[in-house]
Amino acid sequence: MYSEKVMDHFQNPRNVGEIENASGVGTVGNAKCGDIMRIYLDIDEAGVIRDVKFKTFGCGAAVATSSMATELVKGKTVQEALQVTNKAVMEALDGLPPVKVHCSLLAEEAIHAALWDYAEKNGIKIEGLTKPKSDIHEGEEEEEEEY
Amino acid sequence: MDRQIYLDNAATTKVSGTVLEAMLPYFSEYYGNASSIYGLGAKSKEAISKSREILAGTLGAKENEIYFTAGGSEADNWAIKAAAEAYASKGKHIITSKIEHHAVLHTCQYLERQGYEVSYIDVDERGIVKLDELKKAIRPDTVLISIMFANNEIGTIQPIKEIGQIAREHGILFHTDAVQAYGQIPIQVDECCIDMLSASGHKLCGPKGVGFLYIRKGVKIRSFIHGGAQERKRRAGTENVPGIVGLGVAAWEAVDTMQERAERETALRDYLIGRVLAEIPYTRLNGDAKKRLPNNANFSFQFIEGESLLIMLDMEGISGSSGSACTSGSLDPSHVLLAIGLPHEIAHGSLRLTLGADTTKEDLDYVVEKTKQIVERLRSMSPLYEDFVKKSGKNRE
Repeated sequence: MYSEKVMDHFQNPRNVGEIENASGVGTVGNAKCGDIMRIYLDIDEAGVIRDVKFKTFGCGAAVATSSMATELVKGKTVQEALQVTNKAVMEALDGLPPVKVHCSLLAEEAIHAALWDYAEKNGIKIEGLTKPKSDIHEGEEEEEEEY
Repeated sequence: MDRQIYLDNAATTKVSGTVLEAMLPYFSEYYGNASSIYGLGAKSKEAISKSREILAGTLGAKENEIYFTAGGSEADNWAIKAAAEAYASKGKHIITSKIEHHAVLHTCQYLERQGYEVSYIDVDERGIVKLDELKKAIRPDTVLISIMFANNEIGTIQPIKEIGQIAREHGILFHTDAVQAYGQIPIQVDECCIDMLSASGHKLCGPKGVGFLYIRKGVKIRSFIHGGAQERKRRAGTENVPGIVGLGVAAWEAVDTMQERAERETALRDYLIGRVLAEIPYTRLNGDAKKRLPNNANFSFQFIEGESLLIMLDMEGISGSSGSACTSGSLDPSHVLLAIGLPHEIAHGSLRLTLGADTTKEDLDYVVEKTKQIVERLRSMSPLYEDFVKKSGKNRE
């Protein structure tokens, strides 16, 4: 059901862990729906993401999208990191099954939440960044057909 | 990874060698239609009768009370829909439980959309139906009580005899979905006042695509599949003769070996449960410790999610299943685990391991070791565990 890349990032996730005194930390998702992602960013004075770590509670796709998202933002500027969309994460993983697309949205939101935390801590405004939703499942409805 | 340990026997089982051997001639040697007059047809008819006789014998039923179906789901659908229809003039109220298989639950929901009323009875924290609630739910217009014999996820065995007696006292039909229990634990339909019982072949080392519905003589339920006169005009369609033969042999073997298998598997199950609970912290057993199917173990590991656990176990050659949302294709975890009162995040971290006749203690030792490592690894990646550790660290300070 998963691509080889997804399986690789699930089996050997990159950048797992925590960063002490991180520049920004973002946690999104909820335990009720079965996935939570937390991203730690270490951002230098030039606004470059020097290091990034993550922790995820969730399915294989949730772990793989977190891992890939951290790879995609590492070494990037804050502005560049903001351009990393869920689509980019999915493409980098050679796609996700339709029921797992929300995991990539969660990864995007987690990066945004960490950037938002960084901006708030430093009293700066990041152009193009809006306050992330803490729960991506809000308003999401289960599709169910009745026969 | 060469080692393969199959611990998902509640999902399906391997067809036994003797079952397969018994079935094979009925594909290309004795392939006649049982409704035909010539000898080849009679051969098929004879084989069907033989199976019917075996099945009736296992339940203390009569041969003309066994109706072959294409499996457990069909039997559940037939029993509930047809009984609801046949007894609609008496009333349109049905009682079932919150932990039924979807074949029962979704059928009841379908009937609700057709104007029936359904009461879904609660279970306690071990997953046992609350009998006082059942009694309270009974109304003058209640026509059917459908409660499973044993649960497919947590293995809890229901007080079927008591439920049957309650139904009988009130003159209400009693159906039980025995797909998980049949062939695992003794079932006698008269003793338990069972009016209808569903069972399936592939859960007891028989083939897929075949099952049966027991219908007590005198119960007025109509045909579900209309057509030819097979199954006493109640279930049309040319019989799945190889399947029926396989089901019969599998049922005979299951009942013949039941006691020794149950003793062996119960001991192994308790060994597995004991080790997992002792060696993996923040773990709980779901379901009743004693009133459970001999081969069922169901755990919840806090702070981790079931699908991740299943994939990692699979990479170690271990097949299990989980009640997490990710494995059910919806956002909600198993309705059974929620019904026994588990919070969502703990229900997401569940693992069901169901043993088979070939499971060994060495297999389970391997499974415990691997599970321990994987749970530890997933926890080290879990923000929930991180929060928990930080919080408990603070509490200690």
